[in-house]
Parts: sequence; structure tokens; C-alpha cells
Amino acid sequence: MSSGITPPPGAGASGGAPDDRLQDDPPGTPAELALEPEGEDERGTSLWRGAWRRLRRDPGAIVGVVIVGLFVLVALLAPVIAPYEPAGAQWASQVTPSSVPGPSDDHLLGLDSFGSDLFTQLVYGARQSLVIGVVSTAIGLVFGAALGVLAGAFGGWVDTAVMRVVDILLSIPSLLLAVSVAAVVGPSPTALMIAIGAAQVPIFARLLRGSMLGQRGADYVLAASSLGLRHRTVVMSHVLPNSLGPVIVQGTLTLATAIIEVAALSYLGLGDPNPTVAEWGRMLVRAQDRLATDPHLAILPGVCIAVSALGFTLFGEALRESLDPKLRR
Amino acid sequence: MSPAGGTPGDLRGGGEKGRAEALLEVRDLGVEFRRRGAEPVRAVDGVSLSVRPGEVMGLVGESGSGKSVTSLAVMGLLPRRSAHVTGSVRLAGQELVGMAPRRLAALRGDQMSMVFQDPMSSLNPVVPVGVQVTEVLRTHTGATRAEARDEAEDLLRRVGIPDPRRRLKDYPHQLSGGMRQRALIAIALACKPRLLVADEPTTALDVTIQAQVLELLRVLVAESGTAMLLITHDLGVVAGLCDDVTVMYSGRVVETARRRELFGAPAHRYTEGLLASVPRLDGPRGEPLRPIPGTPRDTLPWSRACAFAPRCAYADVACADPGMALREPPELGGGHAVRCVHPALPAAAATAGAST
Repeated sequence: MSSGITPPPGAGASGGAPDDRLQDDPPGTPAELALEPEGEDERGTSLWRGAWRRLRRDPGAIVGVVIVGLFVLVALLAPVIAPYEPAGAQWASQVTPSSVPGPSDDHLLGLDSFGSDLFTQLVYGARQSLVIGVVSTAIGLVFGAALGVLAGAFGGWVDTAVMRVVDILLSIPSLLLAVSVAAVVGPSPTALMIAIGAAQVPIFARLLRGSMLGQRGADYVLAASSLGLRHRTVVMSHVLPNSLGPVIVQGTLTLATAIIEVAALSYLGLGDPNPTVAEWGRMLVRAQDRLATDPHLAILPGVCIAVSALGFTLFGEALRESLDPKLRR
Repeated sequence: MSPAGGTPGDLRGGGEKGRAEALLEVRDLGVEFRRRGAEPVRAVDGVSLSVRPGEVMGLVGESGSGKSVTSLAVMGLLPRRSAHVTGSVRLAGQELVGMAPRRLAALRGDQMSMVFQDPMSSLNPVVPVGVQVTEVLRTHTGATRAEARDEAEDLLRRVGIPDPRRRLKDYPHQLSGGMRQRALIAIALACKPRLLVADEPTTALDVTIQAQVLELLRVLVAESGTAMLLITHDLGVVAGLCDDVTVMYSGRVVETARRRELFGAPAHRYTEGLLASVPRLDGPRGEPLRPIPGTPRDTLPWSRACAFAPRCAYADVACADPGMALREPPELGGGHAVRCVHPALPAAAATAGAST
């Protein structure tokens, strides 16, 4: 922590015992509780509460949280925020091959090339990105974690078999994998979610397995086995909770990638076939032929994609740092 | 395995009338670590010892002498694939070596349990202490959640943790070092095991807390009649807590005796050196420490000679005896066995070592 004079950790409690272990104590030992103004909050709190405390002090994290919060808010409240219905191109008559009406009193950001309200499209696009992003990340996380637990819990040949499959999946570029899945299942939002989720499965599987292997040799695992707990209990209630940190961080980072991939896949025409559904990637496609005359049609959805992805990335990075036990103080 | 020697259990018989029958009988225990493409490592070789209910057996030795491996072998916690365990470990007559993993797991935590060295890393950092206590109870006694919680609260109170109800909700990092070790002891004793194995339970604690934890262990063991196997390299701990002492060197038992006899008349030259190296408060100021020369790595394989010979001031050709057994010189009290051709014997000891 950055506050002024920091007493040597462990001082006062141990009377200067020459034992390194004692001095490595994380926050929460009585000596430090007394010295730290917020110490009282530490009582009866979890590692997560501590992580949240550290998160609040990181400017990057605050920016990330604000962006993510705004994004979610806009997505949830789209019907309230947007001035018009997203469907249809009511003002198509105002759009000519050479020009698109710019901002006006009726339309905050003007119209898009199909004659719909651009602001409305952007707002509903957030909804689409969030839903697909969250669901596909959830798919990747659930299946990836399942494979990871399988490999990490049993080890041996199960581990080898699972990880070889994962290696094969990993060797296919994720976008290509997503394109193939989308191509096979056909263009629909469901296909999009499955496609993006499938591409994330190997990443989560590998991460969780590695994390679990790291924990398996830990002292508390040996201690838990010395108490005669069943292998299942040891894995599920001891190894797994300790291995989840990196996976959760990866989840937030994956949300960022997923949002970009949603855009990329709809750009490639593999998104929602219903043209009235607003989607940032498709807005980019439509803007393409007017790039020279009306660049804002491409720039605005592009900025939306970039900023929301940045928000999740910042949030994920900050989460990783605040959960990292080595940086914990 | 062949030159393992007699077992202290047999040797002790006569002079130890009225003592309860041993709860833990370790005979000729051997542990060999085998790795593909590497020479197998013999970490424990022909170790025999026995622990009686309500008594404490101290297992003493330097780092690498095999004492921790012995304790893990007793608990059946060595990795099955790489560690090859031979000999016999009997808990109340039940043979543990080669027992089915499921049955062994049912005994662990219930009939026998273990306290580890480092209380911070032995507690799961993301699980509240209370859950870690109750899960043992629920696994072995089938108690309901509420019963287990009340029992856990009672356990924490018994090991001297103040305000146990609130502490149950705390995470390990919120407890001090001493309290964590108390919590670990509470977990180990939750199901009233008949055998408690403590592997250097006080090494990670500072000195004042060490004394408290040792006193706690002593009281709990005495009250419940638990047999305790205490692994330590701290002779002060042995002097304060143990009834019997077994000294290990390079994977074998070199001396075993009642505590009083071992401290009063150490027979093995290694034990003698260990005791001499302890700094004394009543000695003259500025007196240099008297370490045992060399390091634990200066050993000979037991199959060729006494492993301690390279560091021993009394070593001669007779020490190159591959068949050196644990024996009980008549000059020593009953049950005092030593593996040495030139043991330090009380009184008329000049002729000692001539016999084989």
C-alpha cells in the first residue's frame, strides 16, 4: 500500500523472530490490523473483499469498471435510451447514393446508410454485443472448465487424452474455428455464440488444468488428504476454488475478445441473418462503401467496439493484479 | 533391507513392565523413490518403532535423515507411483502397508491424523477455517451441518482460540501464526484419532508460541490417551514432550531409548554429537558452539559401512561393517538400542565395541 511510513511487516507481533515465514504474513495479522485504518473491514471478509479493496485504488481498474458499467447499462436500458425502434429503415427515402443525412434535431448522430437512426443502432448494438459476448464466454468457460477439471483432477492418461484434444483445438486459429462452426451450423445468433464459445474452450481448459496442477502439490492438499477426505472433495472444495482466480480473469479478458469476434463474424456475414437487428460488426460492413464520403458511419461503431473491448481488458487486467497473491499486501 | 536389525519393540519387553501395548508398530519400514531413468533413492531403510497410547515418541534427525518420509509412509500419503514402501506399519493390529486406498482414507483423519509443519500453507487459503474443521467431522462421523458446526466451535475453544464462533467464519490469513497452528491441531484432533503424527509442528512458529503449542499438544495427548509420533530436529522439544526417542541418520534408526536415558547417556556418537552441539545457557560466555563436523551429505551407503563414519571422531576399520545391527549393549538400560560398533557407554566402557 502506498501510505506513508510502513512498519516492517510482522513487527510488533513476533518480537522480531528470525523466521521468514512469520514476516510473510498477508494483511490481516493482528499487528497490521491495528496499524491500518481500514483494518476493521478485514474482519470476517474474504479474499474477494480484499481484492475489491485493492481494485478501488487502481485508476486503470476504475476506468475499466466505468466503461463496463456504462456498456452494461446501455445494453440493459437500450429501449429507454434509444429515441427510436431499432427495426426498419423508416427514413430510407432521405438516403441517396451520394450522401447520408448527418446529425440533426431528429437524429442525434444522423442516419445510417440504410436510413435508420444511427444512435439507436449503436445503442441496440451494445445489447447484441453484450448478450452474445456473455453467452459465448459462458459457453467457453463452462465447457473449457469441465475439460480442465477432468484433466487436472485425474491426471495420468485422462489428462493426456483431454489435453491432446485441446491441443488440436488450439492449433486452429480461433477465428477460423469460429468461422467453421458458424459455417456448419448456419448463420444465426445461436451459431455465433457457439462458434465464439467453442473457440474459447481450449484456452479455458488449458488454463484451469495448469492452475490445478500447480495447486495439487500444495501443502494444504496433502493436509486435506491426511484428513481422509475423498479425492472428489479434495479436488472440488480445495483445489478448484484455489485454481479459479486466473480463469475468472481470463473470462473478463475473453469478453473483450468475444465482442471483437462478434463484430468480425457479422462483418464476414456469419452473424444474425435478420437485417433489422442492430449489430456493430454489420454496421461496419454497411459503412464500407461510404467510407470516403461518410467515415463517421464506420468510425462510430468501430469506436464502440474498441472502447467496450478496452473496458473489459482494463477490468480483467486489474482483476488479475488484485487477485495475484504475490502482489497482495 | 537385510541388515535392518532387531526391533525395539522386542528389545524393550523385559524392563518396561506395566506399559500399555503399542498402538503403532512400525517394523522394518523401507521407502524407495523410483524414477524412470534414475537410480532409485532409498530414503528410509529398515525403520522400526512403536508408539503406545498416551505416550509421545520423538523421531529426531537432521534434514534428509528420512524422518518426514517415515511419517508420510505411516500415514500412507506417499505418492503411489514413485514411492515403493516395504515392511509393515500396524495401527492397532491393522496392517496399513498395501491397504486399499479407500480403506486407508477412511482411517486417515479418523483413526490417525497429522499436523504439518507450516500452518499457513497447510490451511486452504480460500476456505473459511470453520468449513475446514467441519468437513473432517462430516466426512468421518456423518454429522449434520449444524452438529458439525457446534462441534467445531467446541474444538476451537479447546485448542485455545478465543471467540471461536466468529473465528469459524474467518479465513486462514486472518489468523495469526499460532492460531493457525491451533486450528490445524483442532482439525487433526476433530475425530479423536488414536494416533497423531506431528511433523515439526512448531518449526514455523516463533519461540513463545512454540512453547504454547507444545504445551497444548502435551495436554491434549495426555487427556485423550492419543499416541503421538513427533517428528522434530529440535532437541529442546524432545526433552519437553517425548517419552521415547528414536534418532535417525541417513534413513536408518541409529539409536532408540527412553527420553531420560537418551539424554543422560547417549550411546551413539551421532546422538552424542547432537546433544553436545546444543548451546547451553549455563555454560561460560563466549564458548564456541560445538557442531558435528561435516554435513549430512558426507555419508557412506549403509550397505558398505556406518553412514556416519565419515563425520565420526571414533571411526575406524571396524565401522566398515555392512551388517551392523541395532543392538542393545548390556551396559545400557533395557530398551536402549544403538547401531554403532564404538558406542559411548557409561562407566567401564573402555572395552565396548570389541563385541559384535
